[in-house]
Amino acid sequence: MAGAAPRVEPRKHVSLGRRAARVILIGIAIAFLALLLFAPLGAVLAQAFAQGWQVYLQSFDDPDTHAAIKLTLLTAAIVVPVNTIFGISAAWAIAKFEFKGKSLLITLIDLPFAISPVIAGLVFVMLFGAHGWFGPALQDRDIQIIFAVPGIVLATLFVTFPYVARELIPLMQQQGSEEEEAAITLGAGAWVTFLRVTLPKIRWGLLYGIILCNARAMGEFGAVSVVSGHIRGLTTTMPLQVEILYNEYNFVAAFAVASLLAMLAIVTLVIKTFVEWRADRRTG
Amino acid sequence: MSWLRQPSVLPGFGLTLGFTVFFLSGLVLLPLAALIFKTTAMTWHEFVQTVLDERAIASYRLSFGAALIAATVNAVFGFIVAWTLVRYDFPGRRLVDALIDLPFALPTAVSGIALAAVFAPTGWLGIRLQEMAGVQVAYTWLGVVVALILIGLPFVVRSVQPALVEAQRDLEEAAETLGAGPFYVFRRIIFPAVLPALVTGFTMAFARGIGEYGSVVFISGNLPLKTEITPLLIVIKLEQFDYNGAAALGFVMLLASFAMLLTINLVQGWSRRRHVGAGN
Repeated sequence: MAGAAPRVEPRKHVSLGRRAARVILIGIAIAFLALLLFAPLGAVLAQAFAQGWQVYLQSFDDPDTHAAIKLTLLTAAIVVPVNTIFGISAAWAIAKFEFKGKSLLITLIDLPFAISPVIAGLVFVMLFGAHGWFGPALQDRDIQIIFAVPGIVLATLFVTFPYVARELIPLMQQQGSEEEEAAITLGAGAWVTFLRVTLPKIRWGLLYGIILCNARAMGEFGAVSVVSGHIRGLTTTMPLQVEILYNEYNFVAAFAVASLLAMLAIVTLVIKTFVEWRADRRTG
Repeated sequence: MSWLRQPSVLPGFGLTLGFTVFFLSGLVLLPLAALIFKTTAMTWHEFVQTVLDERAIASYRLSFGAALIAATVNAVFGFIVAWTLVRYDFPGRRLVDALIDLPFALPTAVSGIALAAVFAPTGWLGIRLQEMAGVQVAYTWLGVVVALILIGLPFVVRSVQPALVEAQRDLEEAAETLGAGPFYVFRRIIFPAVLPALVTGFTMAFARGIGEYGSVVFISGNLPLKTEITPLLIVIKLEQFDYNGAAALGFVMLLASFAMLLTINLVQGWSRRRHVGAGN
């Protein structure tokens, strides 16, 4: 959470050269960000509303788009809770105890961040695809994972795996475990200690991890694209639906669905800024 | 489990560590092992022929080259952005600061089609670049670079920002009082203090760029030998049911990821040592 820069103290004696440097550097930074960040974001909205509100709203009137939105919500509804439980569990083991191989475990948890999304999808094809390790066994039992919803869920689990854990581990390490030890020594149970002592201390970091995990789960493209098979109305998530519509030159609809995902990103950033503001107030 | 851990009164060690290791193994390590074993099942000759194929080499050159250029651009401009956000106050600073993370939060497919819309020969920036400089960005290697700059920017800014906040202002002021010019102060005091963070951000942006897929494929044009990145080549091989070929290229990219992960760890270790050294 490096986002919130502290307030800048005004300097008393500012020379002309410094003022010029200041204006030029701010100008360069804003121009760079405007071309690279703000223009594309504006382009999404401009293209989505290119033919007015009516056409924008009509573009959601498509059963395939409805199915894509439902699949995206379903995937996030499975992936986010699972990875939240994993993240809390990993952070508890790593932050509260000293054991051998801890730094290796932390590196392995971060591994999905270092791997290309396409590889994240590919490994599941190698595991469950027709030519994969378990492919023939699954085919005998008529179970389909690749080119079906379970594959999409697995690939999304893989790419969002580290988000909650990596927010909680440094936070819980920094907080130490004296309060938990006191609670346990005074006779509180494990669950009560976690819910009443630990959870209130970590809730903002936890929320932050969950919203980042959710944003990635709903927006993942590469990994999901490899395992989905792009069956319209069945295995297309919202980002894949954007691709399909775009490749069909149905730009208004493509950017309309994209605008929903862009709004998700904006909401994520708003919550993130709020959480950082809370954290700043507590420490500052 | 006393051989494994130091004693503690807290409960849940076995349960949480067991679940963590089990879940990690099942979801991450087992699938990665499947990819590696798939590759080892190929003959050496077949493997070499796949990964050193002309089209594969061209894709590595584009993926690694564009990621390197983009990370370099980000090191320069990301530094300037971080500097203005930390050292200057201007209207909208907090909003700009919050929006730096947009590439993290925005789905890559959305950044991809948005960049294509802006930089396409008919897009509002594409037209101007074409007319004023005769440069075409979309559907050329430049498009790949632009997409990777967008994706990598937050890594550099978010690495450099805390380092600039922590940099010792009193040292700068002392140097100025003693008559050092602003460039001297930057070169001898600010830059050395921020360098480890800048290198970390650069490496993370580079690593992310190598594997990036969603934001690139819409703007790159995807011509074999010219504008085809390695992750796309893997997808194409899968679509042609060439599982061995996809696995072999995936293995190469996995090795590259491990190498980058190792580099990032080394850089961070170096940065911590420098930091501790500077504090003494």
